[in-house]
Amino acid sequence: MNDWSWIVPLPVMIPLFAAGLALALFRRPRLQPIVSVTALSLVLVASLALLVIVDDGPLVVDVGDWAAPVGIDLVADRLSALMLTISSAVTLCVLLYSLAQGRDDEEESAPISIYHPTFLVLTAGVCNAFLSGDLFNIYVGFEILLAASFVLITLGGTGERIRAGSIYVVVALLSSVLFLVAIALVYAATGTVNLAQLAIRLPEIDPGVRVLLQVLLLLAFAIKAAIFPLSAWLPDSYPTAPAPVTAVFAGLLTKVGIYAMIRTQTLLFPGGQLDDILMWLALATMVVGILGAVAQDDIKRLLSFTLVSHIGYMVFGIALSTDAGWTAAIYYVAHHITVQTALFLVVGLIERVGGSTSLTRLGGLARLAPVLAVLFFVAAMNLAGIPPLSGFLGKLGLLEAGVHEATPLSYTLVVGGVVTSLLTLYALTKAWNKAFWQPPEAEPRSTHLPLGMVGPAAALVGVGLVLTFAGGPLYAYTDRAAHALTERTPYIDAVLPDGERGTGDSADIADRGNEVEIDLGGGHG
Amino acid sequence: MIDMTPNLVLVITIGVLFTAGVYLLLERSLSRVLIGIILLGNGANLLFLVAGGAAGRPPIVGLEPEGQMADPLPQAMVLTAIVITLGMTAFLLAMAYRSWQLHRHDEVQDDVEDRRIARRAARDEPTVLGDDSESAETLDEAAAAARDETDHGAPAQERGR
Repeated sequence: MNDWSWIVPLPVMIPLFAAGLALALFRRPRLQPIVSVTALSLVLVASLALLVIVDDGPLVVDVGDWAAPVGIDLVADRLSALMLTISSAVTLCVLLYSLAQGRDDEEESAPISIYHPTFLVLTAGVCNAFLSGDLFNIYVGFEILLAASFVLITLGGTGERIRAGSIYVVVALLSSVLFLVAIALVYAATGTVNLAQLAIRLPEIDPGVRVLLQVLLLLAFAIKAAIFPLSAWLPDSYPTAPAPVTAVFAGLLTKVGIYAMIRTQTLLFPGGQLDDILMWLALATMVVGILGAVAQDDIKRLLSFTLVSHIGYMVFGIALSTDAGWTAAIYYVAHHITVQTALFLVVGLIERVGGSTSLTRLGGLARLAPVLAVLFFVAAMNLAGIPPLSGFLGKLGLLEAGVHEATPLSYTLVVGGVVTSLLTLYALTKAWNKAFWQPPEAEPRSTHLPLGMVGPAAALVGVGLVLTFAGGPLYAYTDRAAHALTERTPYIDAVLPDGERGTGDSADIADRGNEVEIDLGGGHG
Repeated sequence: MIDMTPNLVLVITIGVLFTAGVYLLLERSLSRVLIGIILLGNGANLLFLVAGGAAGRPPIVGLEPEGQMADPLPQAMVLTAIVITLGMTAFLLAMAYRSWQLHRHDEVQDDVEDRRIARRAARDEPTVLGDDSESAETLDEAAAAARDETDHGAPAQERGR
């Protein structure tokens, strides 16, 4: 059997190197797009390869041949590979869209030369967070993607973007500090930050300390994922960025938080002490988010609120802590990344044609741009969960898992989920009616739709449909992913084959240093 | 065996840094928020030092007896965290300066929509109007005109509403 583990670092390495290259080519605006499109295509290919390969078992790379618990390791299991594939497909589509947008309006005052390197760094950060097998490296991945997102959200430095950006930046930094504190305390309690070793050591420490660590980590991830009491920053900061940037933020960044929650909840804190609290939070996120969306007049803000609301579904799946719950949550993450990004891209096109994002000012677009009407309708129905689209499959899985749990709380969540789904349908239908069917207030400014922008948006809507038609195999895949998550041993055994150390070259050297390691663990065990 | 009893001085320092940091984080001005974040970051870095146990000999294999070495891992992590904080600080400073260039202040504002809803509530109007009667002033314009608490000498459009 071939050793495929050399593919694992590629989704991080390729965008980082390409970012450097794109930065060096800042005077050659024609070469930059070629570099970034090539890089992201390669990432997509690598992710697809990983998706197939790791179905047989997780791949582990000890970076720099430093053995696992001391060195940093990258781990690709089914969950990571699926996230990587979806996210690289989405980033590629968004990049193509933004290229066409940049070509179409020359006047765009944003410093385009910085856009490509930053976008690539963002991709590298997201991939790093998905692949990392080390808590501190997840933090580094978060910081990489945050730093890139800071630049992207304030692109051009206009007053409005600086205003919205400052809220975003401060909140993001606060969550980073919380994450850092959590890592420090984890290290103090266990003497390691390696996820696999933590999975072995955390059950041995004092339960009170363990709950404290869990709460801190969840708090940091919940800010990133925008879960209800910590979600207020999102609808105010996302909509001001350029359309492709909003799209990729909405699709990916919150999901990185969700991914981190899934990973830590399954691997580090099985047993679900905080599941009831998470259930209530999921309910509040769903209901409060969607009520915000119903009250909105601005279509970008409306979508931001639906984004918050649908995070609640994923938290619901996480809080169920059953195989069925994880399966549905993972499927839902994949579905939601594509559909939410597609919707934001379509709204970017609506803004171009209609000249506004206010639903009272828009109107009559169905006659002007029937393609947009179809794209928006399909994506909106997908988000709302109309059968047979992928949103329906994800919601159905969650509801089934909730009914199977059969506690009063889970039934409450099931009802809340159905209500949220209906309200999503209401909010999006209202938006569709207003934007596409009501008589226009003013003459729209242009009906010109660049094919390069419609294409990627349509492709993403198409990916959503593929998730529907490939629903069976995909659901089976997420089921296997979830099963491995509940089992935990495949991950731990892959990283630490002998339960002590990974397989790097430093293993023999480090054996001598083992004394310190064991003392550290023993001092607290 | 590394002594894991935390150093009381460090623990108190961490507490002070976090207290002051949180206080500053709640300020309106972005430059004060920035100082708050720096303090919080330094508090977290010190926490890592405490997490690594008591200070020991330099961790170089072959030079020192292994039982007396300091734990190098948290030091490496602190270094990474310091570099990251440095980069973020530079970015926040640039943002504060840009904000000052544009508006002559570096205030982190409330959510514009929250403000609008609160204003309508104070006037006892419905918070959601179907006809968008306030559309004369878009959210962006409202944001540009709005000032919160640090408007010394600035026109107080927002006051008294």
